[in-house]
Amino acid sequence: MNADTPTPKYNTTDEVDFVIVGSGAAGGILAKELSTNGFRVVVLEQGPYLTEKDFTHDEIKIMQQDFLTNHPDLQPNTFRKTPHDPAKPQRALVYGRLVGGTSVHFTANFWRFHEIDFVERSKIGPVAGSTLTDWPITYSDLEPYYTKVEWEVGISGLAGASPFDPPRSKPYPMPPLPVKSGGVIFERAARKLGWHPFPAPMAILSQPRPGRAACMNCGFCLGFGCEVGAKSSSLAYAIRAAEKTGRCEIRPNSYVHKIELDATGRATGAVYFDKDRNIQRQKAKAVILAANGAETPRLLLLSANKQFPNGLANSSGFVGKNLMLNSGGVATAVFDEPLNDYKGYNVSRVLHDFYELDANKVGFVGGGGLDARFDSTPIGFAMGGLPPGSPRWGKAYKDLLAHNYTRTLEIFCHGTSLPVENNSFSLDDTIKDAWGLPALRMTYKDHPDDLKLSTWLAERAKELLDAAGAVKQWSYPVQEQQFAVHLLGTCRMGTDPKSSVINADHRTHDVKNLFLCDGSSLVTSGRGQPTLTIEALAYRASDRITHLAHRGDLGA
Amino acid sequence: MIPCRSRRDFLLHSLGGASSIWVASHWPALLSAAAHTRAVANSSEPPKFDFLSPEQAAEIAAVSARIIPTTDTPGAREAGVIYFIDRALLTFAKDQQKTCIDGLADLQTSVAETFPGTAKFSALASDQQDQLLHALDEHVPSPGRGGMRNRNASNSFFETVRALTVMGFLIDPDSDRRGNRDAVGWKVIGRDPSHMFQPPFGFYDKDYPGYEPDSPANPKARS
Repeated sequence: MNADTPTPKYNTTDEVDFVIVGSGAAGGILAKELSTNGFRVVVLEQGPYLTEKDFTHDEIKIMQQDFLTNHPDLQPNTFRKTPHDPAKPQRALVYGRLVGGTSVHFTANFWRFHEIDFVERSKIGPVAGSTLTDWPITYSDLEPYYTKVEWEVGISGLAGASPFDPPRSKPYPMPPLPVKSGGVIFERAARKLGWHPFPAPMAILSQPRPGRAACMNCGFCLGFGCEVGAKSSSLAYAIRAAEKTGRCEIRPNSYVHKIELDATGRATGAVYFDKDRNIQRQKAKAVILAANGAETPRLLLLSANKQFPNGLANSSGFVGKNLMLNSGGVATAVFDEPLNDYKGYNVSRVLHDFYELDANKVGFVGGGGLDARFDSTPIGFAMGGLPPGSPRWGKAYKDLLAHNYTRTLEIFCHGTSLPVENNSFSLDDTIKDAWGLPALRMTYKDHPDDLKLSTWLAERAKELLDAAGAVKQWSYPVQEQQFAVHLLGTCRMGTDPKSSVINADHRTHDVKNLFLCDGSSLVTSGRGQPTLTIEALAYRASDRITHLAHRGDLGA
Repeated sequence: MIPCRSRRDFLLHSLGGASSIWVASHWPALLSAAAHTRAVANSSEPPKFDFLSPEQAAEIAAVSARIIPTTDTPGAREAGVIYFIDRALLTFAKDQQKTCIDGLADLQTSVAETFPGTAKFSALASDQQDQLLHALDEHVPSPGRGGMRNRNASNSFFETVRALTVMGFLIDPDSDRRGNRDAVGWKVIGRDPSHMFQPPFGFYDKDYPGYEPDSPANPKARS
């Protein structure tokens, strides 16, 4: 925190207007918007308050010691494929555990959802084995907020470059980042195949903004925090803007584990462990959970009480359910000449030709996009970036590293996850975290269509690499997922309180002054890259919540 | 040397694209980061071992030197990997102390058994060393992408030294982990030790004429 920023300190006994749990993609924006609108806000963040000076290119600190992310020793997970299987201790998810949340360390791909993502169920009908349903809002409801995110947070891109893009009211505020060799290869090959590659929209500045530098192309992007504020994280923009209002306190190292209700069924604030693991209670007129698609449902489940024995705001039984991770697939190739794609941000070209596939033709529901990327930092590459069967030590290994590191390109596929009721985050029966709270248990088995889609997209990726004239290419068979990065759908939005957790205002159906806004709110998964939609929802939710507050709906 | 200067350059260069507000608000942090880097860069103290004995260090260094050998380009020895390993065994790889020390003792036993009259791994010829290491190599499959997040540390001596050698060869030389001395590891794999780059980056983008939207054949195309 900058010493010259006049941020308030509220007492826990001050009944502030809003307590927001989580400071990531959604929490940061809610904090900024609500404090700008005149409300007194406390943000409780379980992780530390790190800033640009703390960020580092030390791969061991970042990747192995989880300097920025949830630590499996402190917060263990368990995993099972179905509710009938025993859950085994296993790292199941990674998320940013610091002020700014996952937006600090993400790749920064910033796709809008398309119209289809909001109305797919109406368009294609029921899908066996899936709880697929329409959103209570449409793309056009969210469009102004997509634009607001792009302009306020700072997104680089080229409007109109993709013929598949949904309508937009404004272009991007700044041009795309410079193309990389991998992007050029991708673009040329895709055009040969008749596809429509375009400059990737990225939450990374191509031009400086007040207090933030443009991207320096250092190459330590996915997994790392940006040392010059070029990555458009909540830390780089929204949190600072919230603090500047003088009405928002960001309180780090505050691990919320319970939301309590009063006798009338209203939330009274948030109960949390402070950094010394003492229990504190922050009072507030209304509570907003923006703790991510894993921790928000976990917190509701941890907050079970007499009125809600199955978890707070869980009369539907849908808290934690319908988890979607986005499907994927990857094909990797080596080229003749050096790409040097280790320089710069990770992704420079994308294509959306397969965003809406015809289920009758391909035999499965869903769609996706492809991107050209190289996101391996040096040690990560040396550990896992060579083709299968490569030597692992000695001169041959060293020679291969020396040849391939600068010549490797990956094509990533990003696609639909269909919502499946059994796929979920829940509380583990036996494993506890370092605070004595039940650990997160992930249950996940991809819908069969997701696996078919991943395989189909990976075939397109291979086709593209063939067209690109790769010297060598390889991929691995698509497998069922056991590791989560995108945490979506676990407290879904809807009009029917029996099959959704929040309404279109992000208000829980069950508790009138409790709101949820983060990846858990999503009804469908889009085709990967959910962060822009999460942030657009946060801007919209801020407007809706402000409206309700002004109407007198939230006052104690 | 170049690598240690590079972070300072990176930080100072970064000011070029930043606003004066940013500079003002970040200047103390930048200064301290740059100063730290300089302190590391200018340290002329000969490195010492804090965990390993000099004898153990010499033997593990000999193993590392077969994992990433010195060829016509520098290897683990020139990158000072053994100093990285020594510090690792007191920090993030503390749990692997026993694996390393016991494994080294076992290795020396098999040296004596396989090559009677020789007591130390470091005294063997390279092909003899490789013969022993091949016998220890359990051919652990590549963890694939994101493998570093998986903390299931191996209890195999060979796998432990292999992983630490690779890490010590390629770690950011500006970190305080004592590896990748003079960024030789990065140079070997073709990574420019700088932390700030301008396009063109590589062979395929150097003549790129700029993005031209093609004529979209899709009926959904918008003007």
